[in-house]
Amino acid sequence: MSILQVKNLTHTYGIGTPFQRSAVEDVSFDVNEGEFLGIIGHTGSGKSTLIQHLNGLLKPTSGQILLNGKDIWAEPKKIRNVRFQVGLVFQYPEYQLFEETVYKDISFGPLNMGKTGAELDHCVREAARLAGIRDDQLDKSPFELSGGQKRRAALAGVLAMEPQVLILDEPTAGLDPAGRENLMANIRDYHRNKGTTILLVSHSMDEIARNADRILVLKSAHILMDGPPPEVFARAEELLSAGLDVPQVTRIAMALRARGVAVNPAVYTAEALEKEILALRRGEKRC
Amino acid sequence: MPEMIQTENLRFAYPADEGAKPVLALQGVDITIEKGSFVVILGHNGSGKSTLAKTFNAVLLPTEGAVYVEGLDTRDENQLLSVRQRVGMVFQNPDNQIVANVVEEDVAFAPENLGVPTAEIRQRVDAALRAVGMEEFVTHAPHLLSGGQKQRIAIAGVVAMEPACIVLDEATAMLDPIGRREVLTTVHRLNREKGVTVVLITHHMNEAEEADRVIVMSEGRPAIDGTPGEVFTQISALRAMGLTVPDTVDLLDRLQKNGLPVPLDALSVEACAEAIAKALSKTGQEG
Repeated sequence: MSILQVKNLTHTYGIGTPFQRSAVEDVSFDVNEGEFLGIIGHTGSGKSTLIQHLNGLLKPTSGQILLNGKDIWAEPKKIRNVRFQVGLVFQYPEYQLFEETVYKDISFGPLNMGKTGAELDHCVREAARLAGIRDDQLDKSPFELSGGQKRRAALAGVLAMEPQVLILDEPTAGLDPAGRENLMANIRDYHRNKGTTILLVSHSMDEIARNADRILVLKSAHILMDGPPPEVFARAEELLSAGLDVPQVTRIAMALRARGVAVNPAVYTAEALEKEILALRRGEKRC
Repeated sequence: MPEMIQTENLRFAYPADEGAKPVLALQGVDITIEKGSFVVILGHNGSGKSTLAKTFNAVLLPTEGAVYVEGLDTRDENQLLSVRQRVGMVFQNPDNQIVANVVEEDVAFAPENLGVPTAEIRQRVDAALRAVGMEEFVTHAPHLLSGGQKQRIAIAGVVAMEPACIVLDEATAMLDPIGRREVLTTVHRLNREKGVTVVLITHHMNEAEEADRVIVMSEGRPAIDGTPGEVFTQISALRAMGLTVPDTVDLLDRLQKNGLPVPLDALSVEACAEAIAKALSKTGQEG
């Protein structure tokens, strides 16, 4: 079942000025409930503009966003509820921490949803646990935490609203490889245990390849590709000419094929390519 | 080659809270960066790599030991300007580095302050913007540019100062793959054609492939130091320090363990594919 539907969405900035430009043009796609959707696109391809429509931060110039089958702008005064249902974690969310303690910062969202007392406390602690924040960190000032922990605190602030759809804009940007992997593991666990629909925006093809069930590729305000990872990465040449990266393993596979080694062009993990190459050595695939 | 930067028993401690023990971010670093070289510094968060970089142009001064920039002691206040003219720094977040309302004025900021004649400022600004591929944006407002574009403006601002050495402190972390490649191509070209010494601090292993030298920081000390081939083949040591190895090395390692005669140090995608194709044709002939 579709939880989110984007129908012929167009967003034009600076209408009537010399800078008029459509950042998103006639884009349509559905997101299924429980799906882990990866969104990639070159800088300026319209990713950020697109995701800001999904919780009503931006209003479409034309087109519709349906959440659970209902146009989110049907009752503009209730747009706040959409923001509780579709949680958006911005790039570098740690810059948005503002409260005296981590606990208070995480409770900001649920408090505004009208939660109080034991229910609020449960929300905050559960969100902190899911985001990987330890109990003893809850009473600290968020500004005392390290960069990676601050980001987790900011993530917890969105998880505490128990959104039906979670949108993450480059959640691992600027973290080191271990920090990146730890945070993605938390997000994967969250997805697995809660079944929440997740939209992950990333520049890292490797990160998307490892996590997403389906990939949406944006190019100059339009959808260029929409499909499962093997299908998308099999079109590596097109991705590269769209100014996007492909996983390094896919690039090795392409270079091998250019040398007459017949490996599957859709592989994107080292394990899979290893198997392909070893099978070739044993002559299993040679004719 | 003469020295660009030299550190002697360099230690640095960040000021601690009252009563707490100061944290030693650098615990005795002795390294020499040669003029005209391209050095990449890797390390997980908290390994001391950014702290080290900030001592190179006197943003941070040694708690103990010394840093010399072309023989100038960074602790000598009278030399501060000379030190900073020689070593230009580019930081992670472009929003913190842009000072003017128009791109060309931002890039002209440093040469103006250095008292460069007007006609030459014009030349330097144009050349710097060309070097980062932003010449079309001369009269644009920086706040309307994308993150990647802003970062290239920040780099142009340093390039316009014509320093002997450029230190990039995770300057590519916020860029998309194309932006990252453009910045890397730019700094490699400055290094090759103008002999600018480049120190690149990064989390991205593949940015180190073409460096002359790679230094891996761990616990405030250089833990591995050598050519990319020497460093990246130390797979278990790198993983123990919370770093990943390039996918090329990972794949070659897997194949080697399965008895395919491939070298580990074929770092680039092309070299890796070449090595695998060669090994396969050899085993094919034997079999």
